[in-house]
Amino acid sequence: MTTLPEDKAVPVAEGLFTWPDRGADGGSSPRGEAEPGRPRLIGSTCTACATTTFPAQRSCPRCTGTDLRTGPLEQTGRLWSWTIQGFEPKPPYAADGPFTPYGVGYVELATEDGTGSVLVESRLTEADPARLEIGAPMRLTFISLRSDDSGAKVMTFAFGPAGPAGAATQIGEAP
Amino acid sequence: MNVAIVGIGIHPFGRHPGVSGLAQGAYAARQALADAGIGWADVECAFGGSLAAGNADTLVSDLGLTGLPFINVRNGCATGGSALAMADRAIRSGDHDLVMAIGFDKHPPGAFNADPEESGLGRWYGETGLMLTTQFFGMKIQRYMHEYGISAATLAKVAAKAFRNGARNPHAWRRKPLTEEEIANSAMVSHPLTKYMFCSPGEGGVALVLCRADQARRYTSRPVYLSAVSLRTRRFGSFEVFSPWLAPSPPGGRGGPSTEAARAAFETAGLGPKDVDVLQLQDTESGAEIMHMAEAGFCKDGEQEALIRGGATEIGGAMPVNTDGGCLANGEPIGASGLRQVYESVLQLRGAAGDRQVPGQPKVAFTHVYGAPGISSCAVLTR
Repeated sequence: MTTLPEDKAVPVAEGLFTWPDRGADGGSSPRGEAEPGRPRLIGSTCTACATTTFPAQRSCPRCTGTDLRTGPLEQTGRLWSWTIQGFEPKPPYAADGPFTPYGVGYVELATEDGTGSVLVESRLTEADPARLEIGAPMRLTFISLRSDDSGAKVMTFAFGPAGPAGAATQIGEAP
Repeated sequence: MNVAIVGIGIHPFGRHPGVSGLAQGAYAARQALADAGIGWADVECAFGGSLAAGNADTLVSDLGLTGLPFINVRNGCATGGSALAMADRAIRSGDHDLVMAIGFDKHPPGAFNADPEESGLGRWYGETGLMLTTQFFGMKIQRYMHEYGISAATLAKVAAKAFRNGARNPHAWRRKPLTEEEIANSAMVSHPLTKYMFCSPGEGGVALVLCRADQARRYTSRPVYLSAVSLRTRRFGSFEVFSPWLAPSPPGGRGGPSTEAARAAFETAGLGPKDVDVLQLQDTESGAEIMHMAEAGFCKDGEQEALIRGGATEIGGAMPVNTDGGCLANGEPIGASGLRQVYESVLQLRGAAGDRQVPGQPKVAFTHVYGAPGISSCAVLTR
C-alpha cells in the first residue's frame, strides 16, 4: 500500500513526507532514506518539551522553544476522530475526475524515535461511515489527486484501515 | 464608566439580490439611530466590520461625512464581537460618550472557500481538500459524541428548535419549521452533520448604539447594560478549525477560547452561568451549540443530552438558547453574526421579543461567538 509509483509522481508539497528521491528531511539531503519506497510523514519534536508538530515547524507552539528535531512519524496509529466530506470543495481544492465523497480524520502517530506523538489530520481512503471507528488502527498510504501540467501524478498522504492483521502486528507499538 | 446599549437596528438576514452588504449595514445603522432617537452626527466614534462586503468605514459616504473616527474591524467570526469590545472600551476609557458598533456581510451561496495562505497554512492544505470549516465541525462533534454520549437524535433536536424559533422571528432567514426526521434525513454534509444541521453563509447587518450608562436614559426608557465583553484566542492544545495537527494529550486539556472568554466575561460582570436567563451561543451547526453549552460553563460535558431532551434550551425552558433561531435559522453573515446575538439579547431584556419572548422578565443575557482560527467573544448583558 505504501509503495509509491516509480515514475511520474510528485508530492503535493515539499517537506510533508519522505519521497523515494528525497531524504528524510523532505528534500535538503540527498537520498538519505533508509528504506526507499517506504515514505513516511515528517514531523518535528521540540527538544525542550517534546511537543510534536506536523508538518515540521521551526518553533514550538507550546513552549516557544526554537530547538526542534525533524524526523519521520510511524506509519500506523489509531483514528482519533473522522468525518466524510460530502460535497466537492471549492478551489483551492484541486483534484481530477468526478467528485466522490472522501473521509477525513485525525490519526495519532508516534515519532519513529519514540520521543513524541501527534494527531495528524489526513485524507482517509475509506468513505463509508460504517467502516470507520474511533480507536481503529490506521495505516499510511498515498493517493493521487490529479495530474500536473507535465502529466505527473500529484500525490498526497492518506490513511486507510489497517485491518485485523495490521491491528495484531502494529498496534502494540502504537501510542 | 459603565456602558449601556440604547439603540439597536437590524437588516433582515437571508439573501437580498441587488442589495449590497454596505447598504444592509447602512439600513441597520439608521434603524439603530432611530431607536436611540439620535442622528448620525451625534455618533462620536464607530467600530465596524465585514469579512466579504467591504470596509465598514466607507459607510460614512452614505450616512454622512461627519469626520468621526471610524475603525474597521476584521477579526474572522468574532468581527462583530470585536467591534463590540472596542466600542465598549472607547466608552469605558472615558474617551467617548456615544459610540456605534456595526457589522454586515454578504457571502456567495455555498460553503466558505478559505485561503490557506491567509491562515498561515501551506497551499497543499487547501488543494488536498482539508481546508473546510464543515470538516472541523464534523470531527469535533464526532469525537465529543464518542467521549460524552451525545446522540445523533440530539443533533436533530437542536436544529429543529432553531427553525421553530426562527419561524417566530420576522428578521430570520429560515422561517419554516422542520421536523427532526426531515433534518436527520437531509443530505449528509460532513458526517454526522446533515444539511439542515448546518448554517449557511448569508447576508444581513446589525448596528448598536452604545453610551455611558449614566446618560442612558436620555435616549431610552429601557437601557440594557453591557456588563462585560471579553475576547480570547486559542491556547496550545485546544481543537480548532484549520488544524493540520493536534496535541494528543494537551496538559491543560482541550478547553478552548470559548471557555476562557466566557469565564473572563462572567468574572468581570460579577455573575455566573446560573444567573443567566437567556443565552445566544454560536451554532454554526447543531453540534457547536451542544458543545458550547459546556464550554461556556452552562453545564458539564455530557449533560446536554438530558437537558435538551427535557426542553431546557427551549424558549420556555430553564436555559433558553438561541431564541432568535441562531445561525441555523438566520444564516451567517460573518460581520453581523455576533452583533445579531446582542440585538436579540437587548430585545429579550427589554421584553420586546414578541412571539419569541422568554417568559418571566429575563434580567441577564449572555452571548457567545466562536470561529476561525480559534477566537471567541462573550458578553454579559443586564437590565
